[in-house]
Amino acid sequence: MTFALETAKSPETLRRVAIDPVSRVEGHGKVTILLDDNNKVHQVRLHIVEFRGFEKFIQGRPYWEVPVMVQRLCGICPVSHHLAASKALDMMLGIKQLTPTADKIRRLMHAGQMLQSHALHFFHLASPDLLFGFGSDMAKRNIVGVVAAHPEVAKKGVLLRKYGQEVIRMTAGKRVHGTGSVPGGVNKSLSAEERAELQKDIYQMVAWSRDAVAIIRGLFEQNLTQYNAFGRFRSAGMCLVGADGAMDLYHGGLRARDIDGKTLFDHFDYSRYWDVIGEDVKPWSYMKFPFFKSLGTEDGSYRVGPLSRVTMCDHIPTPLADKEREAFLAFDGGSAAGATLGYHWARMIEMLHSAETIKDLLHDDDIVGHDLMATGQRQERGVGVIEAPRGTLIHHYRVDENDQVIRANLIVSTTHNNQAMNTAVREVAMQYLDGVEITEGLLNHIEIAIRAFDPCLSCATHALGQMPLEIAIVGADGTVIDEAMRDHRGLIRELPDHA
Amino acid sequence: MNAPAPAVKKLRVATTSLAGCFGCHMSFLDIDERIIPLLDLIEFDRSPLTDIKHCGPCDLGIIEGGLCNAENVHVLREFRKNCKFLVAMGACAINGGLPAQRNHLDLRDVLEEVYQTEAGLSHGGIPNDPELPLPLNQVHPIHEVVKIDYFLPGCPPPADAIWKLLTDLLAGRTPSLGHGLMHYD
Ligand code: SF4
Repeated sequence: MTFALETAKSPETLRRVAIDPVSRVEGHGKVTILLDDNNKVHQVRLHIVEFRGFEKFIQGRPYWEVPVMVQRLCGICPVSHHLAASKALDMMLGIKQLTPTADKIRRLMHAGQMLQSHALHFFHLASPDLLFGFGSDMAKRNIVGVVAAHPEVAKKGVLLRKYGQEVIRMTAGKRVHGTGSVPGGVNKSLSAEERAELQKDIYQMVAWSRDAVAIIRGLFEQNLTQYNAFGRFRSAGMCLVGADGAMDLYHGGLRARDIDGKTLFDHFDYSRYWDVIGEDVKPWSYMKFPFFKSLGTEDGSYRVGPLSRVTMCDHIPTPLADKEREAFLAFDGGSAAGATLGYHWARMIEMLHSAETIKDLLHDDDIVGHDLMATGQRQERGVGVIEAPRGTLIHHYRVDENDQVIRANLIVSTTHNNQAMNTAVREVAMQYLDGVEITEGLLNHIEIAIRAFDPCLSCATHALGQMPLEIAIVGADGTVIDEAMRDHRGLIRELPDHA
Repeated sequence: MNAPAPAVKKLRVATTSLAGCFGCHMSFLDIDERIIPLLDLIEFDRSPLTDIKHCGPCDLGIIEGGLCNAENVHVLREFRKNCKFLVAMGACAINGGLPAQRNHLDLRDVLEEVYQTEAGLSHGGIPNDPELPLPLNQVHPIHEVVKIDYFLPGCPPPADAIWKLLTDLLAGRTPSLGHGLMHYD
């Protein structure tokens, strides 16, 4: 296992700098950087520091509790866990096809989730770096600063998120940790009043989502060289696609491409995901490192999420988003589509797609139907896969004859991106930190790379803990020369040598 | 050439998520557009929304999540030291919540199953790097470690309950949720 900059030869001689916690991301993570006397970077790691043990303590619970329990892994995209678990348990119940109403209510819930999560991530968390500049004044570099300097942008972000949350509330019963989806279907559809209520504002949401795509496009145009080069690296990728190769965030087969864009597998039946995906463990993180088995632990790492989905699908099945996808792929000879910050652009295209999807579903009478549940021939296990806001999410359960869960395995989106995030962070460290005096603004560049992935360090800790994010620096002969840390105001502070 | 003095001193608020899922923070954001006028009345110290990494002197500290590792305990103590009032927000902070489901299991067994014996692993091993905070054997509610001034029930508490707490404190009243805002789901 030799990734460049993963492990320094003699960490004891190096100086450690930590970013702890990584802020404006969801969940807990830390970065450590080890540097020598000349500030040369020798090691950079993104650590996930929390552990929860979810797979273990779910054992023995009745299966129908699972879609409600698993949401508590992550309050940012609870719907993704709610639906991935429901899909796995549909399969366990032997159900091949949901009723049209159940299928569409779940898709509507999922599109609401995608809209609110992408809006939150872009406007509330990431936009300050992009609107004010990567090394800008830390005091302003947050949503409060955006509200002051760009009130219109901030307001649209807040209202887009609100709308997505309202779609979730009406389909799931509650904005955070609802109960609408159950193994076999859903327990409610929309009332005529709810439908009318959502129809009122949807055109505005589509329009604002288009504006959001224009914002990120404009930022790329203004900062072309910087954005294209920032934390750039070549990577394999994976996502679900529909039967016709179209983007489908709710259901489909797995598509994977290697670093050169060559297809590794396509329309792969996810109920046997373990044939193509393995997981590796490293002592310095509670988050595992998945890889494509055909390529091995080292070459087999890949990325998931908006960038993979938008670049790997054959088309997006809603017209405005598909136009934007074409423009994104064509932009500057295709360069943005391979850039780490291209994630944000792809994310806004998906937000537009989600708004269009909501609009279409709101005009479909099935969403006010009453046929909610399907039945089938009981199986002993089930796998559910969905494209969560941050990427492919896998839930896998075995259930015994007493209806108790006896085994669970989850591979969450951020886990698939573990190696990719570490690579991006190392690229940025080499580009911006190597050989120079480290400042708070420079450390923020590391966090910007992490934010591009929109990691949910919250659900990535499902194993048994919690992730803080910290950066550490070590000297050339392996000893920690000294430490630079952020003080309680987030400012860099030199600490005395530490033995 | 005097800089205009701020009319009212803003309420300084720090928030953090310990062993929580961020759902309580999401519910805070579910106050929706009320957040914009609220920013004239409060300012954020450490929070997932700012880049302040450690809590400084604050009027109010809001804690989501219980304690699952040594780092959580450290952050909680830092909040208690710096905040005049401390709020336990949500089921996890109040009684451990879902993560406390692991309390009847042996931590080592759980770690072994997840990192060592799980079928899909290429090679296993329990992560043990010094950079990883020590996990606690049990997940604890935060009031077991520091004094808590207010408890906001719910998983998560409704946005209106969080709003009521803030507006009561801003008006100088003792916060009280009253009927309709006390939820435990
Ligand atoms: S109380 Fe519920 S919403 Fe809040 S952190 Fe715990 S699980 Fe998440």
